This record gives sequence, C-alpha cells and structure tokens, in this order.
Amino acid sequence: MSEQGKTEAPPAPEPIKETPPRGPAQWLPTVVDTIAAVVLALLVGALLIIFSTEDVIDSLKYFFSYPWDFFKYAGTAVWDAYRSLVDGAVGSGTALRRTLERSAPLICAGLGVSLAFRAGLFNIGAQGQMLLGALAGGYVGFHYDLPPGIHLAAALLAALVAGGLWGGIAGLLKAKTGAHEVIVTIMLNHVAGFVILYFLAKESFQRPNSDNLLSPPVADSATFPSVGGLHLGVLLAIVAAGIVWWLLERSTLGFEMRAVGANPEAARTAGMSVAKVYVAGMMIAGMLAALAVTMNVLGRQDSVTDNIAGQVGFEAITVALLGRATPLGTVLAGLLFGALSSGGLAMQSGAGVPPEMAQVLQALIVLFVAAPALIRGITRMRGGDASGTVMAKGWGG
Amino acid sequence: MSALVEAPPTQDVPQVRDRADVARQIRLVVVFGLALVLLLWMTLDIKDPNVTYLLTEKRSKDSPPKPLDGTWVSWITVAISAVALVLAAVNRYPRRWLGGILSLVVGLSFYAGFLMWAYADQEGFAASIANPLPGTVRIAAPIVLGALAGCLCERAGVINIAIEGQFLMGAFFASVAASLAYSAEMGLVGGIVAGVLMASLLGVFALRYQMNQVVLGVVLVALATGLTTFLAGQIPTDPAVKQYFNDPPILKPISIPGLADIPVIGPALFQQNLLIYVMYGSVVLVTFLLFQTRWGLRVRSVGEHPKAADTVGINVNRVRWQAVLLGGVFAGLGGALYTVGSTGAFDRDASAGTGFIALAAVIMGRWHPVGATFAGVFFGFMWNLQNQLSFAGKLPTELLGAAPYLATIVAVAGFVGRVRPPAADGEPYVKG
Repeated sequence: MSEQGKTEAPPAPEPIKETPPRGPAQWLPTVVDTIAAVVLALLVGALLIIFSTEDVIDSLKYFFSYPWDFFKYAGTAVWDAYRSLVDGAVGSGTALRRTLERSAPLICAGLGVSLAFRAGLFNIGAQGQMLLGALAGGYVGFHYDLPPGIHLAAALLAALVAGGLWGGIAGLLKAKTGAHEVIVTIMLNHVAGFVILYFLAKESFQRPNSDNLLSPPVADSATFPSVGGLHLGVLLAIVAAGIVWWLLERSTLGFEMRAVGANPEAARTAGMSVAKVYVAGMMIAGMLAALAVTMNVLGRQDSVTDNIAGQVGFEAITVALLGRATPLGTVLAGLLFGALSSGGLAMQSGAGVPPEMAQVLQALIVLFVAAPALIRGITRMRGGDASGTVMAKGWGG
Repeated sequence: MSALVEAPPTQDVPQVRDRADVARQIRLVVVFGLALVLLLWMTLDIKDPNVTYLLTEKRSKDSPPKPLDGTWVSWITVAISAVALVLAAVNRYPRRWLGGILSLVVGLSFYAGFLMWAYADQEGFAASIANPLPGTVRIAAPIVLGALAGCLCERAGVINIAIEGQFLMGAFFASVAASLAYSAEMGLVGGIVAGVLMASLLGVFALRYQMNQVVLGVVLVALATGLTTFLAGQIPTDPAVKQYFNDPPILKPISIPGLADIPVIGPALFQQNLLIYVMYGSVVLVTFLLFQTRWGLRVRSVGEHPKAADTVGINVNRVRWQAVLLGGVFAGLGGALYTVGSTGAFDRDASAGTGFIALAAVIMGRWHPVGATFAGVFFGFMWNLQNQLSFAGKLPTELLGAAPYLATIVAVAGFVGRVRPPAADGEPYVKG
C-alpha cells in the first residue's frame, strides 16, 4: 500500500471509489508488479529446486576445488524443472487443454470469493459450497434420465441451488445474529465434508460393484459437450466472469454490495439493507463455487467422489486475492494458477520436482504481488496505488 | 455451554424491559425448551438403561467399568432442565454468576442425559462412558496455543490468519530438530524457531511492507503447506536416513506429584507431557502480560488506537513486532504438539486445519486469551466426545464427526453473536 492509500483513513462516507485514470497509466504498474512478482517467485523457487537436487548437493562437497560443477548442475536442474513447467502448461495441445480445464473451476470459485470480498465478506467457504454443489448436481446427473440439454441444465441448476443455499447459511447467520462469516464458513467446510461422506455411503449414491466412495457415472446427457477433448464448461467460466462484472459494476445489487463492502454503516444510513446484501452476496458466491465444481462433476471426472473439490476451494481464495477481487483480474489469476498447476504435474514427471513446488510458487507470487512496496523497492519503479481494491479490510468487514 | 460465554451485564429495572432483555428471555426459553424435549425423548427412548462407566480414559485392570442404572440419572436431568425452563418462562432466571452456574448445571445435565441415551441399549461388547478430560486437554492444547498467538497478534492490531501455517512449520521443524538432536525437548526449540520464523514473515510483510493482512495470512498458510509437504517429501523414506530427520522421540508424560493423585481430574490434567504444562502456563502468562503489565497496555493501545499510542511516545511498529514474534513462539509450540507432542514423525498436513479452528477460537473468545482458551477447550471437548461416542455406535459417524463444527456454529450464532475486534485490527500504521 502506498503512502496516500492507507495512512489515516477516516471513516470515509464515500462508498464509491473515484474512477481511476484510463489507459496504460492505470494498468501498467499492475502488470509490471505482477510480472516482477512472478520472476521473483521463480527465483526463490529456483533456490528450492537447486538445494533439493542430489547432483547439486553432491557437487557442493568439492565446491572449492571445482566450483563450476555446482553451477552446471544447479543450472541444469532449474532449467529442466522450469522447461517442463512451461511445457506442461502451454507446450502442447494437451497441455493447453489441461491448463484450461484446471483454470475454469479456479476462475469460477475465485469469482465467488471476489464477489463476497467486494461485499465486505471474507468467504473461506468455497470448498464446502463446492461439495454441496457436487452432491446435488451429480445426483441429478446420474439418477434422472432426461433428454440431453435439459438434463445438463437441470443438473447445473441443482448444483447452483445447493451451493447457493449452503453459502447463504453463512450470510443469513451473519445478518441475523452477527456470527462472523469466517468462523461459520470454516465450520461449514468441515460439515460439508461429512455431509458428502454421509451421502456417498448411501446406497443410492454408490456405484454398483465398487468399494470406493464413488458415485455412479453421470449420464452422457448431463455432461458438458466437448470439442477436441476440451469440455465446453470452460466457456461458462468466462460467461460467469462477464455476469459478475455486470452484477458488480452495472446492477443495483452490485452497487449495494460495493457500498456495504466499503462501509456497512454508511450503506445502512443510506437506506440499503445490509442483511439482504450479506445473504445475497454469500448465496451468489456459493452458486459460483458450485458452478466451479460442475466443471469436474459434469466435465472432467463425470462422477462424485469425496475428493471432488480437491483444494480448489482454498486456492480460489488466493486466486481472488491475486486478481484483486475484480472479475478480469480473477480470470487472469485463474489462468496463471491453472497453468502452474498443470505445469506442476509435468514438472514432477519431467524433472522429478514434487508437485507441491507449484503450490509454493503460487503462494510466493501472491505474496510478492500483494506487497507492492517490496516489489517497488526491488524494481525501483514508481507507480500508482497498485493495491487497488480494498479487500476485506479487517474483521469488521 | 452458554455459561462459558454469556454474562450480559443487565441491571434490574423493574418495569421497563428493553428488547435485549426480552430477546434473552426468548433465547433461554427456546434453548431450555429444546433441551427438555430432547432429554424427554431420549429418556423415553431408552429400553435397557444399564450402562457402565469408567473414571479413567481407557479401561484397564485397575479400573474395571462400573455398572450404573441410567433411569434415575435421565429423569434427574429432565427435572433440572424443566426447572430451568420454568424459571426462564416466568422471567425469574437468575442473572450474573448465579445464572452462569445454573446454565452450567443445565449444560452438564444435558450432557449426562445424552450420555445415558447414547450408551444405553448396546448389544455385544458394550462401550463404557469414559473420562472425557484427558482427551479434551490433548485436543484442546494446540488450539489454545494457536489461539494465544492469535490473541497476541490481533490485540496489537495485526490480523493473523496464518496460525495454521505456523502450526505446520512448527510441527515440521520440531520433528526435524528433535530427530537431529535425538531429544524431544529440542523439538520444542525447533518448533519455537519455526513459529517465530513464520511470525517474522508475517511481521515483515504486514508491518514493513504494509501488505493486506488477510491476503498475507492466506498466502502464508498456502506457502507453509506447500513448503512443509515439499521438504517432508525430500526426506528419504529409508529408515536409516529418516531417523536423523523425521523420526523424533516423543515427549514423555510427566506426573506432578500430589496433583496427579486427585481422582478423575488428576490423571487428566497433571499426567501430561511437558508441552501441556507449558500450555497451562502460557494461558496465565499471556493473560498476565496483556492485562497486568505496562507492555500489555501498550500492545492493546496500538491495537485499538495506534495514533494515540504514537502521540504518547509508543513506537507502534516495534510493539507490534514484539507481539507478533511472541505469538510465533506459542504457535510454534502448538505445532510441536502435532509431532513431538503426540505421534512423532511429521506427516503431510499434520495439523489438518486446526489452525483455522484456533482462529475461530480467537473470535469466539472475543480476542481475550481466557475466552479463547474456553473456546478451544469447548472445541476439544466436542471433538473428544465425538471420538468416544463413535465406539457406542448409536449415532451415524458422519453426524458425530460434524458435531463439533455444528456446535461451534450454534455457539457462535446463538451465544457469542456480534463481536468487536480491536479497533485497528488489520490496519497498517504509517507515522505522520
């Protein structure tokens, strides 16, 4: 945060931010910051790779008699790892497809977290909302027999309703009792984990002749159509981003959300219903998280398991933060994270680097992006207030 | 349970009743009514009221299970909650400490009645009602230590969502340090160092670079998760090598002479390992530091109104640094409980999300170390209850598993309600 950003914010009664300058002056510092952060993260990652490679460690034993070996091995290790990272992310058609398929859920769930942020809500509950969405969407997908198209729409709808309702609980409790949404969403995540275990153990959710917690396969009529191996659910992520943008920037509800997010007291004084915003915000966030999981249930995996959401619900938080809680930013951040996750796999098979490396890189990137002062100090670049949107300012929301 | 968190300081004004007072009455009636209905149903549902109980945690030769006729216990619990319901209905429910004690009695009687129902009607090998305290303390200990870290940071105005990250790093490095030194106590040092290291990352980015602290916390957790999994994966599984890095000795239980001989409570509280005693001491220490010392006053002032603190000559960021680093000590120790304090070797995701539970405990305890401790103990109790009940087999395991989390939601929504964080929590301070 730069000097003028945060010093002594009086309880500003201005819910709307003034329009930032247009043109390159607006986005250039952000872009430079982000690129610098990525480079910096890759450098730190390189150190980790170097000191976890056997050849390199061995060469250290005779470093002083023949130092060149150390640098040679270190260089090779880093080059191999990062080359397979890039290859695995964008190097081929398959890689690109996998990147997009991994990005789409991240984008959707990230949009949910972003939207809640803008309404002053810190939604840690994407994971639980995804699980409930998977359960409902998957059930409609494999249990009913409907014509193609209608079946897909019904399954999507079921997932959105379930995720929305689950998300709405946290909003409702915050609005009615003041229960903090961070606690409630954390707890609901755990509860959702048990809900899905409970249902998957039921006979109607169990795939015949299987001992695993695995649902029957979703009917073909309920899966996303695919073109060249890429399922079209991915497109929904872009549509969702457009809708969220419209909702936040052009609709009355979005205006109220931003107003409540900026200052709930002022919004209440202006006659807005803070309770409505909390409930609606969390419901929409839950629906977006549910949409994210349909990419897996009705797309990539075609069945419900207890691990259907993976870590997407938590990574979504990081995606939203990296995307500065804006729709466009979230899409770009989701693409970057999808690429890193897809490339992380290739890094493991190609260079023997554990896939957690991708996670470390993701965390480092966000760390460096979110600390503009640090990047400024290193790149010696001056710029505008890159912290941009004020996200969840504190516990008060 | 309400007794732990509820103490509305209402005055006794005879005629005029404000809305808060009416809301309190309605809430009490609803809670006690529900308790009564449930207890009545459970009492009538029992067919074979004979249960067995243990005063220890596990059955052994010295402590065989003793039989107990559940009928009268059940009916007493029904009677107690009926009395409480009547008192609440005619608005004669006592206030202040007397009300607190009565709520506690009702809570305990509900627990007793529930246990009678849960353990009744078992067939074959019957599980016994066992002493819940040892398990509660074991499970609550890391949550309490993490919550203390959270309290220290947030009272100073630095949001700490990264408790989970501090746990993971503390757990990993405690294991590594203990394995290298072949001493469980060295593990504590390793845990502290790792906790403080994570805390200094928090400090550098939050205080020096004024990064958004919510973002920072989330990122630090992701970083710690990735890093510990990565590093643990680098340790070869070959036992000959592993024992030097990730196969630590475990802290031994120490009996406190005298205190450990108290029946029921003694073995639970005073026959634990060193870290648990450290936890007891830490609660007292943090409470004392925050509320009885000059330093604590400074910490609270920079968390509430940094500008005012600065005006009277307090170096805001220095005090915040101190609080954050001290918090790291406790969080690192909490992490050590997951390796040298319990099972030994570090496994990926060793703390399994309890850092976030600790965060919830901080908020539930209203940013007060004692309140947070009670919240942590409440969670440990619920979790332990769920562990024990899974042997009785009367309730589905998924429902039992979800119970601690559901109970926390009920507690937060029903009794804690709106909380007020330190006023400057999460706001970086720039002089000038």
